Amino acid sequence: MLGWELPPHNSGGLGVACYQLCKALSKKGADIEFVLPYTADHSDISFMRINAAHPQDVEQVLKAGIAYDSFKYVKTTGEVQYVDLFGQVAIYEKAVERVVRLASFDMIHAHDWLTCRAAVKAKMLTGKPLIVHLHSVEADRAGAEHGGNPFVREVEELALQIADRIVAVSQHTKNAIIREYHIPADKIEVVHNHFDPSGLIPQDADVNAYAYLDKMKSQGYRVVANVGRLTIQKGLPNLLRAFQKVLVFAPKTLLLIVGSGEQRNELIGMTADLGIAENVVFADFQRGKRYRDAYAVADLFVMPSVSEPFGLTALESIGYGTPALLSKQSGVSEVIKNALKVDYWDIDEMANKIVALVQSDELRDELHTHSYKEYLNHSWDESADKVFAIYQKHQTEVPA
Amino acid sequence: MKAISLYLHVHQPFRIRQYTVFDIAQRHDYFDAEYEDRTNNERIMHKVAEKSYLPTNRRLLQLLKDHPEFCLSMSITGTVIEQLERWAPHVLQSFVDLTDTGRVEIVGETYHHSLAFFYSRKEFEMQVEMHKQKVQQVFGQTPVVFRNTELSYNNDLAYWADKAGYKGILAEGWDKILGWRSPNYMYQPAYTDNIRLLMKNYRLSDDIAFRFGDRDWSGWPLTADKFSDWLNNTQDAQLFNLFMDYETFGEHQWEASGIFDFLEHLPSEWYKNRSNRFVTVGQSIDVFEPVDHIDVPETITWADTERDLSAWLGNSMQASAITGLYELEDAILDTHDLALIEDWRKLQTSDHFYYMCTKWFNDGDIHAYFSPYENPYDAFIAFMNAYRDVRYRLIEKGVQL
Repeated sequence: MLGWELPPHNSGGLGVACYQLCKALSKKGADIEFVLPYTADHSDISFMRINAAHPQDVEQVLKAGIAYDSFKYVKTTGEVQYVDLFGQVAIYEKAVERVVRLASFDMIHAHDWLTCRAAVKAKMLTGKPLIVHLHSVEADRAGAEHGGNPFVREVEELALQIADRIVAVSQHTKNAIIREYHIPADKIEVVHNHFDPSGLIPQDADVNAYAYLDKMKSQGYRVVANVGRLTIQKGLPNLLRAFQKVLVFAPKTLLLIVGSGEQRNELIGMTADLGIAENVVFADFQRGKRYRDAYAVADLFVMPSVSEPFGLTALESIGYGTPALLSKQSGVSEVIKNALKVDYWDIDEMANKIVALVQSDELRDELHTHSYKEYLNHSWDESADKVFAIYQKHQTEVPA
Repeated sequence: MKAISLYLHVHQPFRIRQYTVFDIAQRHDYFDAEYEDRTNNERIMHKVAEKSYLPTNRRLLQLLKDHPEFCLSMSITGTVIEQLERWAPHVLQSFVDLTDTGRVEIVGETYHHSLAFFYSRKEFEMQVEMHKQKVQQVFGQTPVVFRNTELSYNNDLAYWADKAGYKGILAEGWDKILGWRSPNYMYQPAYTDNIRLLMKNYRLSDDIAFRFGDRDWSGWPLTADKFSDWLNNTQDAQLFNLFMDYETFGEHQWEASGIFDFLEHLPSEWYKNRSNRFVTVGQSIDVFEPVDHIDVPETITWADTERDLSAWLGNSMQASAITGLYELEDAILDTHDLALIEDWRKLQTSDHFYYMCTKWFNDGDIHAYFSPYENPYDAFIAFMNAYRDVRYRLIEKGVQL
């Protein structure tokens, strides 16, 4: 299995999804050799073996920042070198080549474009069946149809063509794969992500990390939250524009934005321009209690994404007790029916629904009661069944 | 002698358009969606008229001509009559043509198909009176048998209808109420003097209304002669109360299912046994004597497996919406603003609350099929915005809320 990140060194949903999928697959009897591009202590993971793929003369590879940032290489000579993402993808390919020669396996299962070059190389070297598992396509990340980095598109397309089977995390993503790369629909299987309740950080008796928001709630305020990367794909400018309208009707509403990304400064500036800075709280990238409490303090989680291949954060939110307003352009809206839904571009309707929710605890509570039931009704187990069936099918197709 | 009492219920609500927070205090056109919108009432009326009302009325009129003894009952709400008057007068005329034969009895109910009985007796009586006047004006007859919205029924309602002078009232022949008794007889409500209770035979009614087109059902395909055989072979029965939505014919059961053929042939098949009859609900009371008293302390309806009001009032959104609406009653009536009062009444139509039902939303079942909204939450949001606008109109008039 070729992956790019695993918790706790993940920057988003990709690492979480890989971790939970592998855990469920191993219960089904899958023997997984997971190859990461960096070195980290994963002694807490016992259900699979984890390898760091890095060049021979490198002692340690560390993730230097959060999402899609450069990597820090510590060479055996003690020398330190930073490598950008494209360089890292190339190095990963070479390193995987080495791992492939050493290990024995029946199947190559690669996650996202970052591992695609390595996956294609592994298939060329071994002839083993290749499953490309897409958690997003480049056009999604760029927030524009047929957009994105041409180099990334090329790598993505090549791997999708060579793959024996493609797994998409949602119908939304499957549609994008067909739209962007003209891959035949019957080659792509939709396997939805989930968020295992065991992955939730347990509640504690301490006060919420966002004490200010908590206190304001007791003064009759309601809190709307978004957790995620501050990047174009996530559609946050529309949320801010909608929120400006919300405040006209429901002035006692606060917006909490947790995350970082290249749009951070732009968004902060925008709240000032819109005259809503007083009601918008930016809390940067968080883990642990502060991450959990962001969901817990909110009355509504909003996912305004322009294009969201899946959207695990919405499930986490429901798991933590907060219902969601989902962009119809999200994969998670295929799984959760009991959510408010809106087209990402429909700012007025987004505002209408937020106002309705902050003005009615009944609406909030009904939404949560029913979405929580749905959340519990799904599991990684059913997704792992689908993936395992693909393994079995392709394994039998390999000539002995 | 055995009799079939066929009773068909005609109703359409004024659905609330996607009325948003930006519309409140700006415009009061809650019920006027764009024509192409799923909540547009005119478009739905045209569709239902085309698929159900017109073809069904054409066949019923022919049956009334062909069989001089054939008769039936129907109820038709004030809201659907208004819609027919406004958007399909020729369809309303096809209903009048039926009643003009003198063999179609109109059953009384609330004008607005509301649940007012459970919230305000005064408002309930007003809506029953409004309906009575509308029926007199359009059909030239006065209802003598009563049915409450969604066939909701309890002892209090029977007591009220008895005092109000009705000679009969309709209810679901639910097993938990009937116990060992059969719905196929005439009954009398407990604690009443004169009124009779007509209990729907829900198995036979649902064979037509729900199961007719179901190929997995052991009774499929259901033909008029097969159905008549079932009734002829039913022991210990006098009266088969077949109560259902009018839209069963052509809308719930599509024409391709053969539902119209069934309807066309039912009278001739049933009359093959010369002692068989059709009766209207009022006639059945004249013909059959009650065999027992029926005690219904808790409210029953004809909906869902629970047969209670939970599809309308079961969750907190529904409860808060309807409670808020009836809290405005005195303030609304005091304004004497007829447009405002009428909008408030149109918001009482039970369908609005039904659309907010979350019980089986997950299964994508019948509730979802009948809702013009994407989900129960959108229905609640549209309703609450309209409700806030009604409140705003009151405040604008200087009313303290």
